[in-house]
Amino acid sequence: MFPKLVPVPSKNMIPERDIDKPLVLECINLGITFGGLQAVENLDLAMGQTEITGLIGPNGAGKTTVFNLLTKVYQPTTGTILLNGKDIQGMDTAHVNREGIARTFQNIRLFSDLTVEENVKVGMDAQMHYNMLSSLLRLPGYWKEEKAAHERALELLSIFNMADLAGVKAGSLPYGAQRRLEIIRALATNPRLLLLDEPAAGMNPSETAELMENIRKIRDTFQIAILLIEHDMNLVMNICEGICVLNFGRVIAKGTPSEIQANPAVIEAYLGKKKEA
Amino acid sequence: MKKIKWSKTTGKNTMTYGLVILAYVVLQLFGAAGLMSSSLKGMLIPICAYVAMAISLNLTVGVLGELSLGHAGFMSVGAFCGTSTAILLQNAVPSAPLRLAISLVMGALFAAVVGFLIGIPVLRLRGDYLAIVTLAFGEIIKSIFNNLYLGVDSHGLHVSLLSDRTNLAEGGSLIIGGPMGIGGIQKIATFTAGFVLIMVTLVVVFNLVNSRAGRAIMAIRDNRIAAESIGLNITKYKMMAFVTSAALAGAAGALFAMNYSTVVANKFDFNTSILVLVFVVLGGQGNMLGSIIAAAALTILPEALREYADYRMLVYAIILILVMLATNNPTLKSWLDRLKSGRRKAKEAI
Repeated sequence: MFPKLVPVPSKNMIPERDIDKPLVLECINLGITFGGLQAVENLDLAMGQTEITGLIGPNGAGKTTVFNLLTKVYQPTTGTILLNGKDIQGMDTAHVNREGIARTFQNIRLFSDLTVEENVKVGMDAQMHYNMLSSLLRLPGYWKEEKAAHERALELLSIFNMADLAGVKAGSLPYGAQRRLEIIRALATNPRLLLLDEPAAGMNPSETAELMENIRKIRDTFQIAILLIEHDMNLVMNICEGICVLNFGRVIAKGTPSEIQANPAVIEAYLGKKKEA
Repeated sequence: MKKIKWSKTTGKNTMTYGLVILAYVVLQLFGAAGLMSSSLKGMLIPICAYVAMAISLNLTVGVLGELSLGHAGFMSVGAFCGTSTAILLQNAVPSAPLRLAISLVMGALFAAVVGFLIGIPVLRLRGDYLAIVTLAFGEIIKSIFNNLYLGVDSHGLHVSLLSDRTNLAEGGSLIIGGPMGIGGIQKIATFTAGFVLIMVTLVVVFNLVNSRAGRAIMAIRDNRIAAESIGLNITKYKMMAFVTSAALAGAAGALFAMNYSTVVANKFDFNTSILVLVFVVLGGQGNMLGSIIAAAALTILPEALREYADYRMLVYAIILILVMLATNNPTLKSWLDRLKSGRRKAKEAI
């Protein structure tokens, strides 16, 4: 099977991060092949507990595949993922979520026939404990937990000023609100690591600016790590403490935003050269 | 906003309860006043059983979102186990209503067990495949009861399959006689029992749907991948819905059977499954009140059309097609929506 791991601090690390504390996520030599195609190869990535990291790269570089590997939608063919120092090998998607990874999707996946509030509450399922009998007989446990869930849902929704939309069907929300609701739903599962797949896609500059503020706010309030895929370089360079650049499934650069901006390989593959006057 | 949402679901549920109670009271009054035809009187209990069946199937089809074509199988399990219990308890429990209640519970329990066993392989499948396999299981259950012999004597219960090898001692009696089914059932089912069954079914379904389990079940229906990503145990919740649905169908089957003097396995065949599915689709998936109305109306309709016996099935089919068209026609739907929103706006203005 997989080689036993020797803790390798700092080798994959990007400087200026909260690396003194134990890492929330550590991937070592992560890879997956589909048929003959090596979609992700030799991915080493480490994230501190309250760190915002960006995962960037051209289309088809394997960014979403990395998310799918981390959440066990795909089982990696090589390598190890450590979550809070615990190997998540053999776990399924739901189990990984309960261990602390929550995600959003590039193509929005809400529960469109449920209301906004129900979408958030369903994310809290693992934290609720009343059983089927108490729900059928409406025992006190049911009322107590439902009330707590209702209050918590409104509290989470108010992060994005969506509390007044609680009763609206998720499917009828405008696009931007659907994206925000997905983030709130992910937060409702009480994650330690939040994966955001193109959170700013389809947003206008002012919405993006607001989103940036909110991502920071989420990190500060919940004290969680955030890994995000994004094509909006303004957002990435502004809020990420570390950036990892993928191209053809391989990491071509890692570093702080300023290092990435100056890296010739990244400019070649992704950022592009400034037009010479 | 939150308050409006609450009153919306709770309001609809309350209305459903209210209408069922109202229908019960009105029908009882009609019966007492002697205004009810004997044919309608005879249909009250089957209507109750079919209504309960439709609500329970709506849990699988509308809430869980999986098409089940074998729901009559669970009805069959409930019918056979329930009536057998009633016959076995005939002397032990003299009170008919109590015996009926125990029989319905036993029918529900056995159907739940069968639902669980069938659910293990079936719920791994999706869509068409699931539908086909439930159809097969419905037929398997029918075949089993067609070949099941159950007898009782002083030594206890005797079971045999394929042929009667129960070898009952003197004084023993055969309860289930293979293709002959169960004969000599005491008709202890009453309209009031049917009404109580419908109410219990409604309480179970509504309370399940408006709980964490119901939310999870509907979330899995809406988007399985997202449901997994937020840590829901897909198998557990699907099983919960499926088994509940089976148990309720079992109770309905027991009630149905105890309205007749004999019950045979062939009564609960594929056609019965489809009939109940028609109630659900016609009433609207996830819409319990719709299921109730559709089940009642479509059980009465063939009888009401008896005078036109030659055209009965033709008219029945045409009505079905028209209702389907009416409920699925986009123009009509948008017109209804506009009507609704117009009314809501008017209310808000006030």
